[in-house]
Amino acid sequence: MAVEREEGQSPGDFEPRIVALLCNWCSYTGADLAGTSRIQYPPNIRVIRVMCSGSVDPMYILKAILEGADGVLIGGCHAGDCHYINGNYKARRRVAIARRVLDQLGLDGRRVWFRFISASEGRLFAETVREMVAQLKEIGPNPMRDRWEL
Amino acid sequence: MKRVGVFVCWCGRNIAETVDIEALCRQLGRDAPVAWVEDYKYMCSEPGQQLMKKAIAEQHLDAVVVAACSPNMHEVTFRLAAEAAGLNPYRLEIANIREQCSWVHRDRDQATAKALDIVRSMVEKVARDEELQPLRVPVTKRALVIGAGISGMQAALEIADAGHEVLLVERQTYIGGHMAQLSETFPTLDCASCILTPRTAEVARHPRIKLMVASEVIEVGGYVGNFVVRIRQNPTYVDWSTCTGCMECVEKCPRQVPSRFERGLGTRKAISVAFPQAVPYRPSIDAEACLYFTKGRCGICQKTCPVGAVDYEQKPVIHEEKVGAIVVATGYELFPKARIGEYGYGKYPDVIDGLEFERLNSASGPTSGRIQRPSDGKVPKEVVFIQCVGSRDQEKGVPYCSKICCMYTAKHAMLYKHKVPDGQAYVFYMDVRAGGKGYEEFIQRAVEEDGVLYLRGRVSRIFPEGSKLMVWGVDTISGEKVEIAADLVVLAMAMVPSPTARDLARVLKVSIDEHGFFSEAHPKLRPVESLSRGIYLTGCAQAPKDIPEAVAQAGSAASKVLALFSSDELLHPPTVVRVDPEICSGCGLCVKSCPYEARQIDPVSKVARVREVLCQGCGACAAACPNGATQHINFTKEQLMSMIDTFTGPPDGAGRER
Ligand code: FES
Repeated sequence: MAVEREEGQSPGDFEPRIVALLCNWCSYTGADLAGTSRIQYPPNIRVIRVMCSGSVDPMYILKAILEGADGVLIGGCHAGDCHYINGNYKARRRVAIARRVLDQLGLDGRRVWFRFISASEGRLFAETVREMVAQLKEIGPNPMRDRWEL
Repeated sequence: MKRVGVFVCWCGRNIAETVDIEALCRQLGRDAPVAWVEDYKYMCSEPGQQLMKKAIAEQHLDAVVVAACSPNMHEVTFRLAAEAAGLNPYRLEIANIREQCSWVHRDRDQATAKALDIVRSMVEKVARDEELQPLRVPVTKRALVIGAGISGMQAALEIADAGHEVLLVERQTYIGGHMAQLSETFPTLDCASCILTPRTAEVARHPRIKLMVASEVIEVGGYVGNFVVRIRQNPTYVDWSTCTGCMECVEKCPRQVPSRFERGLGTRKAISVAFPQAVPYRPSIDAEACLYFTKGRCGICQKTCPVGAVDYEQKPVIHEEKVGAIVVATGYELFPKARIGEYGYGKYPDVIDGLEFERLNSASGPTSGRIQRPSDGKVPKEVVFIQCVGSRDQEKGVPYCSKICCMYTAKHAMLYKHKVPDGQAYVFYMDVRAGGKGYEEFIQRAVEEDGVLYLRGRVSRIFPEGSKLMVWGVDTISGEKVEIAADLVVLAMAMVPSPTARDLARVLKVSIDEHGFFSEAHPKLRPVESLSRGIYLTGCAQAPKDIPEAVAQAGSAASKVLALFSSDELLHPPTVVRVDPEICSGCGLCVKSCPYEARQIDPVSKVARVREVLCQGCGACAAACPNGATQHINFTKEQLMSMIDTFTGPPDGAGRER
């Protein structure tokens, strides 16, 4: 990734790495809109397009964190707007479970965010990334990172 | 190993300015599965596509990543080009390095690194993408229209005129819906039944329309092109196939009850036709009113009928029908009067609603079109019309505007003035919304030519005083209190969805909004489609609207049906889910997580199955599957995991080189 940690860098100003799984119909299109509107946000995020937030297996979240990502963002349609009726609710529940598992593993469940972002909310998407980067900087680097950095 | 080709687009300067294309290509060229890298100023242009096609053929590429703008822009373009070059289109993926990279970042190094990650993740995905063919399903070229109001009839006629069979199902015993109750229509003041009757007759005699009245859709299975619907035909207790419509039974029936069609302002017999021009013109028995059903005696109609058509033993009949498309046209009702307490509706007989006024004014109505108040039959001299009753009322009513009330109130006031020229009509309004051809002019005509008095403000109270109704309100323009001793008060009640809509939505598995109106797939671009393929919406079932709009929408829904019927087979995206029966334990979690009933447990093998044409490809069941037996094709767990790997692996991409 672009954002490497330099020697002697304190954990406070490290650059968090975020993996995002965005629903095709809303959040991914919202992220596209941020681009079309040229709204700038930190480059710390890598996006995977999924058909629906409800297709996100909790394993994806755990895998990303266990492999060293500092945060995972799941984006889905607003309540009632899911293209597949109720996938976003399924996602919300699964994210809640993944967070609990991470907490139990001592990996801080706050690293995982679930957000409703619609196709027209480019600005919200950019803001979400900004906020998430800021919060992850407070939480500090994922301890699992060192597995490959060493 | 697959030979993946990567084609990087500069998009003029849109990408090239922020992403170092040369560095990007150099890095990608070292990655193991990448057999070919090429960049071009505008990949989507004709020469750009040519270059890609040429490379696919000459380099024997079996998968391609185009690093360019969002897949929402040109995925289809590039997939078609790939297909033309002999590559399966599902073996082409887009890496979005414009909308989600070059346009949102300024730092060139960081943007380049991010672009590299994005392309690499898509290379991982495409290397595991399967070749797919769209699924083909046959189409039953026969439509079901639910609701035979003006909108449903219009849709049915247009589909039938185009040569397809239509099943038109109506809950009432007659067709025409609420329009049959109207006296005149705005803004032309032409008589409603003069427009409607030719339509109802046309529907009834159309060789390709199968009309089912007194019927309800109770179950819908299947999917676009191949729905199986179950319809319950409720008993009318008259065998309509032998009945000649002589109406002798109606004449002899001793039991008078308030007529629903007349909204309680007139009466009918326990065996009756709803109104004189009803289509079909056949009587039915209201079992709740009939003496034979309630008291077990009478039987006069049966004895009277010259052809023996009266049948007290008639039972509901369930019909099963196959159709390819469904149009929902269930219409509206007026806001329940029980919830409008302060205006005394339902308490004082001379406070009536708009549809009741229509009946009073109708030549075929209970007063033969004379405006008489319900309590004592006197001709009212002071009439107060109140708009927005229940509409635009967050607290007690509905928050939305019912759209037609401003217009029909003006119409009512005008028609009243035409019949009672020395009377006075007052209209209390919040705003006058008269958007539509000739609509504003119509309101002006009411004010200028017919002297209707418009008062801006809300009515606070209505109470009886002698034979009058005292109406208290405030004119917010002058700021003065207004007190009118009225003879008749007409409430323009909010329009709400048909009470059957909620159940029907469940049966159809389509969504409704918070108010119970059917939700369209897209408010601007797909206004007559539901989110379920093959199910379309029209008329007030979707939102409040007037007759011209309901008719226009019906035409649009019909054209969607016709487009669907224009080919013998439908193509269904192949990116559905698949089960590995060796792994599946038959736990059934997938069945529960599927909102489309596309998942089933096979009764014989006890493992889960996929009904591919029902599957919409959301992937929810694959996420629910505890052991990975269900996989979302081309979004498999392996693919997703490999993409996550590219994002979490070492920053320099170590381990990728060949
Ligand atoms: S389609 Fe967006 S969350 Fe389901």
